[in-house]
Amino acid sequence: MRTIDQTTQEILDLASKHFNVPAGTLAPDDDFFKKLGIDSLQTLELLSRIENHFNIELPDYEVQGVSDFRTLASRIQSRL
Amino acid sequence: MLDLSKYQSIGAALKDALDQFSDEVCLIESDREREKERLTYREFQRRAHPLARILQAAGLRPNERAAIVMTNQSKWLISAYAIFFCGGVLVPLDYKLTPDEQWQLLAHSGARMLVTEYPVWRQLAASAGRSAATNLATIYVTEAPANTDLAGARRWEEALSDTTAPVFVPRTRNDVATIVYSSGTGGRPKGCMMTHENYLEQCVALTSLYPFAPGFRYLSILPTNHAIDFMVGFFGPFICGATVVHLRTLRPEFVREAFPKYKITYVSLVPLVLKNLQKGLQARFDALPSGKRKMFNAAVAINKALTKGHPRLGLSRLLLKQVHSGFGGELRAIIVGGAFTEPQTLQFFYDLGIPVANGYGLTEAGTAITVNDLHPFRADTVGKPLPGMEVRIVDPGADGIGEILVQSKTVMSGYLNEPELTAETIVDGWLRTGDLGRFDRAGHLQLFGRKKNMIVTEEGKNIYPEDVESVFESLPVKEFCVFAANYIWPQRTMVGEQLVLAIHLEPGQTLTEDLRKNISLLNNRLLNYKRIHGIVLFEEDFPRTASLKIKRNILAERLAQADRATAIVKL
Repeated sequence: MRTIDQTTQEILDLASKHFNVPAGTLAPDDDFFKKLGIDSLQTLELLSRIENHFNIELPDYEVQGVSDFRTLASRIQSRL
Repeated sequence: MLDLSKYQSIGAALKDALDQFSDEVCLIESDREREKERLTYREFQRRAHPLARILQAAGLRPNERAAIVMTNQSKWLISAYAIFFCGGVLVPLDYKLTPDEQWQLLAHSGARMLVTEYPVWRQLAASAGRSAATNLATIYVTEAPANTDLAGARRWEEALSDTTAPVFVPRTRNDVATIVYSSGTGGRPKGCMMTHENYLEQCVALTSLYPFAPGFRYLSILPTNHAIDFMVGFFGPFICGATVVHLRTLRPEFVREAFPKYKITYVSLVPLVLKNLQKGLQARFDALPSGKRKMFNAAVAINKALTKGHPRLGLSRLLLKQVHSGFGGELRAIIVGGAFTEPQTLQFFYDLGIPVANGYGLTEAGTAITVNDLHPFRADTVGKPLPGMEVRIVDPGADGIGEILVQSKTVMSGYLNEPELTAETIVDGWLRTGDLGRFDRAGHLQLFGRKKNMIVTEEGKNIYPEDVESVFESLPVKEFCVFAANYIWPQRTMVGEQLVLAIHLEPGQTLTEDLRKNISLLNNRLLNYKRIHGIVLFEEDFPRTASLKIKRNILAERLAQADRATAIVKL
């Protein structure tokens, strides 16, 4: 079982890879809309990547209103 | 299609539609690759009547308000029909708002009942905002897990066991059918009171250009509380016996799969999604090997030449078979709305033989005011006024551009509890849109920015500065005010609109890095599309009324004396 810190780090790694951002430039409390300059659709694409990586299904409502990696990680952690 | 001229209300028309098209499929609901539900009109009726019965038993009286906060799904439409069946007034709320915002609108609307889904209710029930909505007497929650404490709410599914026939309550055309919030989660809620006539007339006008029929399938992606999806993803298809397809997840890959899987006929999208679709397609075209790309470009050129005067769907599907089969091969048009769409995006799809029904409208006018009739397709305009719409331009400048005014049976009766605002908005029977436009020689409307202090995002969200101001209340500055940047510095454009925060600092105070950080922190509390993009410093006291309200128009005039490029400090 992953720890929440591991989950968070894996999400940060996935995001930096998906959006071609240098590893290490993203932090758990970053607002991903602002930091990555992405819109809601691109966020949905990232979520699909995350689902495949963790092998979970994350309903859309679970991520409604979430805009930072830490909160996103906690939602994912609860489904692992 | 039912003859809507014979009907007095949405409920009466839907009631007859359920009988007339009883064996047709009315709803398909899919969750990822799994089809969850497929209902005929008869089955829809069997689900809705028990709910209507239980709403009546719980005390929903004619003209009383009942709200829905739910993602797009079959239960949304079933609940809405049940409310209309009881003669109730539907209050459709945006499920994407924060729980506090939802409670605020629930309180403002005076709704006595609420139908919602468990994930939404979980957040609503935990929100402190609940205490504001004392008007709410009964709450029904769908799909709640067994043995869960519903914090005073009832289970929606319990209604299904009640087999007593409900009593249909007729309404008249001038009765209010819905209260639709066009904005107002912060300052002054704008609850548009839409009558049954508004919907009946709008439906006739829209279906005259973009008809539905049994076998047609509409993919419902835009939130159904939105005026567009309510019309073309519920009322329009239902009174024609067509099918509405709901997806419980809107991940791009599942949306893409839905087109060929369900042979979609129409879909409504906001400009942001349409543009994203364009990017994806363009990337695929660019990746074609040189020879294939040349052949493809030639097919597009031929299609373009042959569809210059009007769409020729059959021909386009043959010429550009691969593109069309990706969309299921039966797509007749993409309806785009909610915000301004750039002409090159519209042209891109039309050149592929996929007409985009581009128009202009606002909730207050009953969805659409103008729509492109595709004869011929015009990417540079928002089309001609729909049948029954009178549109005029007032106070035009030398360039012919002025404010757009509308008169029609589809215009709302007013804003709920806001007689003054209503009187300012509807003057001598004409709705003042606050948008700027001009007609060309062919009678097409072109848009050129806004007169009003608000922005519309590419996602179709209307944002009024008053709605975001409260988040900055703790700022340690003398005074502040949020503006649409284009309201201060008018631009002849409808894209790239942004909000800015005008600040008057305390004597001796400067815009330090700490203050900027503080502003950013507060800004991040807003949903991403509501955030301000820059700061404008103002060195005098804000002009105020005798009751100390900021005179926004005068302040904007003074702010405009500075150069826009240098005045806005980016956040």
